Amino acid sequence: MSPALTTEKDDRVSAATAGSPGPADATGSVSIAHVHKSFGRPGAAQPVLEDINLQVRPGEFVCILGASGCGKSTLLNLIAGLDKPSSGAIEVPGGRPALMFQEHALFPWLTAGKNIELALRLRGVPRADRRPRAERLLELVRLGGAYGKRVHELSGGMRQRVALARALAQDSSVLLMDEPFAALDAITRDVLHEELTRIWSETGVSVLFVTHNVREAVRLAERVVLLSSRPGRVAREWEVDIPQPRRIEDSAVADLSVEITEELRGEIRRHGQQ
Amino acid sequence: MASSKTTRGTAVEEADGGNGGKQSIEQSIEKSAAKRSTGNAQDLAGLEAGLDALDAVQTKRVSPVEVLVQKVLPPIVAVAVVLALWKVLVVAKVTDDYKLPDPGLVWDSLRQLWLQGELLDIIWTSVSRGLFGFLIALAIATPLGLVVARVKFIRAGLGPILSGLQSLPSVAWVPPAVIWLGLNDQMMYTVILLGAVPSIANGLVAGIDQVPPLFLRAGRTLGARGLVSARHILLPAALPGYVAGLKQGWAFSWRSLMAAEIIAKSPDLGLGLGQYLENQRNNSDMAGVLLGILLILVVGIAIELLIFAPIERRVLRSRGLLASAR
Repeated sequence: MSPALTTEKDDRVSAATAGSPGPADATGSVSIAHVHKSFGRPGAAQPVLEDINLQVRPGEFVCILGASGCGKSTLLNLIAGLDKPSSGAIEVPGGRPALMFQEHALFPWLTAGKNIELALRLRGVPRADRRPRAERLLELVRLGGAYGKRVHELSGGMRQRVALARALAQDSSVLLMDEPFAALDAITRDVLHEELTRIWSETGVSVLFVTHNVREAVRLAERVVLLSSRPGRVAREWEVDIPQPRRIEDSAVADLSVEITEELRGEIRRHGQQ
Repeated sequence: MASSKTTRGTAVEEADGGNGGKQSIEQSIEKSAAKRSTGNAQDLAGLEAGLDALDAVQTKRVSPVEVLVQKVLPPIVAVAVVLALWKVLVVAKVTDDYKLPDPGLVWDSLRQLWLQGELLDIIWTSVSRGLFGFLIALAIATPLGLVVARVKFIRAGLGPILSGLQSLPSVAWVPPAVIWLGLNDQMMYTVILLGAVPSIANGLVAGIDQVPPLFLRAGRTLGARGLVSARHILLPAALPGYVAGLKQGWAFSWRSLMAAEIIAKSPDLGLGLGQYLENQRNNSDMAGVLLGILLILVVGIAIELLIFAPIERRVLRSRGLLASAR
């Protein structure tokens, strides 16, 4: 079993937990302390996540990396509040995080603009404010002319950008992304990486981005967290200090990707030996 | 145990407004708009515009002439062929005149009915019954379908019964309905309801079952729960199945009504299409019988084309589910 390299984080957990109204700088942070999650009946329960400890600083961009069965999506569901951990604590002082899926999950009975307006409406934004706000969000993802477009009239990349705008409409300080670009072609994905980096740096939102693509993780993140599989555990973390703007072709990105891939393969190999 | 603290979005704003130091995401978006005209950002914008243009789904408008040729012409040709075949069979004298009258005689019956001023009365008697019965069925079946789809216990009990009722020909309900209620309009409506309610309710249940779980999950992350979720996500997502159920419900209403009208005859009931058909059989007027059948067919099709088809087309087209919309 590989040791979990989560260091010196415990004090920060208690700091975030203690001040419940939240000191200003806690907004945008996520703290996950000793989280376990298993599915199935008690007794025969399958552990999916085991003792996950993770701190996301306000405004930080963290990629969670892992092979199949590492419980990446389960972890995001827990943070999003769609599911409850079996034990342990998850603190999101900034309120309900926004969540983006691999599938765009836009509602096909609404136009692009109305999808965003629904998010605003469910958040309690008054009617008169919704349309101008939706239009500004569409401009942010450079789809200014797409307000009245139906979902089926948009390309895959455009749909994901509308989905990103809808997630940002929640005005949450934490954005969770569950392999949002995995179904896109390489050219579009590359452009969206650049777009996401720009929006992240402009908005100051904290991003927790799940992927199985090592290069994508290194291209985007300030910190890459590798999860082991079955059960998911934090296997190792890397600080990525390559300056932005990065490109996925950069040699520094490639070098670190090789190192991380080796570690990932090691994790996968362990399962073949059991 | 879990203590995930998820306050509402509004709380975030208040907190932010309170300390003034940290700005909300939305405020950052405002401020960032100005920065978006720098060289690097412009490059990316151009690249994206290019990709969007290349990827955009092409929607082409269909010209009226194309609609005429592709949609209107084929059924007209089909009807003409059937009429021609009919005429050929009559001219070839394959059977006796009283069994297969000339199409012209059926036309004469129609003209006569029109000149007597009865045609529209007969049609309206049946159509008003059918539509009114359908509306009652709609009002009963919609809440019923919702409850069956969402409440497990009720679904386990009523689900199989609803599916079973759908395959029972509603004409079977005419004899008991006559015994229970006598020969009157209530009996007619009872038969319509027993035919249409299961099919509308089943349509709604199927529509709700087919709502992708992803939509419900997406709705929950946006903060939609309970009735809010039902109104903004579940019901709109289930609409295509519901509309298909409505269409089928109308077909069942109309069929049930005709069965009831043919079987149950009474001076109190007024003259509807079914009674007209049965009267002509008693008079051994084959041209009138054929006219009755054709009128029942035409009215059924007309209601579907004028009311249900446009609703269904709108619902499907807006979701990109209509092949011809591409």
